[in-house]
Amino acid sequence: MDRIKILAEKAADRAGEIYRARLREAVIIMKKEFRSYFYTPIAYIVTTIFLVFTGFFFFKDFFYYNQSEMRNFFQLLPLMFTFVIPAVTMKLFSEEMHSGSIEILMTLPVTVLDVAVGKLLAATAFVGVMISPSLFYLATMIIAGSPDPGPVIGGYIGALFLGGAYASVGILASSFSRNQIISFITGWAACFFLWLIDKVVVFLPAGLGFVQYFGTDYHFQNIARGILDSRDIIYFLTIIAVSMLATSRVIEERR
Amino acid sequence: MINVNGISKSFGDVVAVNNVSFIVKDGEITGLLGPNGAGKTTTLRMLTCYLRPDRGGIVYDGLGTESDSIAVRKRIGYLPESAPIYADMIVLDYLAFLAEIRGCGAERIRQTAALCGLNEVMHRNISELSKGYKQRVGLAHAMIHDPDVLILDEPTSGLDPNQIIEIRNLIREIGKKKTVILSTHILSEVEATCDRVIIISSGSIVADDRTENLQRARGGEKRISVTVGGTDFGGLSESLKKIGEDMDIRESGEGELVSALVTYRGDRDLRPDIFNMAVRKGWVLYELKQEQVSLEEVFRQLTIGGENGQD
Repeated sequence: MDRIKILAEKAADRAGEIYRARLREAVIIMKKEFRSYFYTPIAYIVTTIFLVFTGFFFFKDFFYYNQSEMRNFFQLLPLMFTFVIPAVTMKLFSEEMHSGSIEILMTLPVTVLDVAVGKLLAATAFVGVMISPSLFYLATMIIAGSPDPGPVIGGYIGALFLGGAYASVGILASSFSRNQIISFITGWAACFFLWLIDKVVVFLPAGLGFVQYFGTDYHFQNIARGILDSRDIIYFLTIIAVSMLATSRVIEERR
Repeated sequence: MINVNGISKSFGDVVAVNNVSFIVKDGEITGLLGPNGAGKTTTLRMLTCYLRPDRGGIVYDGLGTESDSIAVRKRIGYLPESAPIYADMIVLDYLAFLAEIRGCGAERIRQTAALCGLNEVMHRNISELSKGYKQRVGLAHAMIHDPDVLILDEPTSGLDPNQIIEIRNLIREIGKKKTVILSTHILSEVEATCDRVIIISSGSIVADDRTENLQRARGGEKRISVTVGGTDFGGLSESLKKIGEDMDIRESGEGELVSALVTYRGDRDLRPDIFNMAVRKGWVLYELKQEQVSLEEVFRQLTIGGENGQD
């Protein structure tokens, strides 16, 4: 038994070692990718488009209907993300393949999964930066009224999970083609499909009601109500894990 | 030691590399020579773990490129063809990224930048650099972690003659301590830098030997150019035939002087005999030069007709 225990401890240590080493590589890749967003104007353009659209819908309710809440902002967010996030992720592998720099990257001492996870962390961090100016709406609401903190906090947490899930799908789409436009369209179609799933339940027979659980919006709206349910978090983490492993597989297959 | 054992790689129906095997000893500069599309780049990509061989395997001192890929990549410095480096980064940021991922300190960035002559462009955007400087950044990329094995794909392509000489000197310098494998289709590059040459044609090895052995064994022929005054070609030819057998004597050059190109096989050096003959006959010797059959001719003999493969 002792021998088994020692072996188990050794295996756990080794697993921890590998995990720490690999996470280190992913963080280095993340830092590089995150910086690279700001070398080109695309990040600023995407952020501006995002803020103009969400700002318009937020202030429409704020001024027209005197509503001091962010519910409409968070209702619109998943649909906006289906368009904006593939634009953020489309370059992540496509550009590497187009320019040939993937050869540089894949001959460094990093695994494909390190690279994919690093890129995902960078894209999710960028989504965080992109939605952060919307805190200005929150500040406006706090000054003008007294918003319920639960849905607001839940909304932002949900936005990061949703952003991460869509970014992972966008990265998978980006690994399919060296053409960024194709990657964008594929990524948008996949994210839009995930957003749409729970909307089509009304057209399905009653027995197929469970289909809504596959929809991103269903789980996002749960979190945005201010309820942090492990089922919703597991759903988003599953999408991320499956997309990352699939990305790793797609890139590996090219070898 | 690098042991390449029967590697093959196909892209669809095109066989890029077919059953290639060779061993590279530590501290050797090996040139992979072949026409465009011969399979040099594909071979190097398999050596650097970028591509997976369909068959066969590559082992670096007991570490396999598939089973111990990360450990192998740590030992290798690789300059891909035309150095496809992140164009939107500045040189310093790029080297800092590499140093971090390779686990080197800031001191190593300074040393590598100095070694590759990058000090004056450290804060320039890579996209703004000339081809020569981009190539240097590629070399810095390959050397920043002081690797045991350096793999360079067309290291001097796009460089001006001064830069070519600089890079060749650098490769020779590195080759004193490290194992270097470089690919090229420029024959003079192999002659100038490599201890050993592997010639690839249509995805297969057609020759593998030390550079000088290859010239000697394959060519086996020597050529002497003689120019004299005081006789005609007939007289010169008759006298030359008495010196050795199995010689091919052709008239070369025009004008008052008589020139002949003597081609023969064997290890014997005929120049002293030709000189003594000229003295005996009272001819004035203007030129007496021996040439070895160049690697270019060896290359042409071996690779002719094999230029339709995958690079």
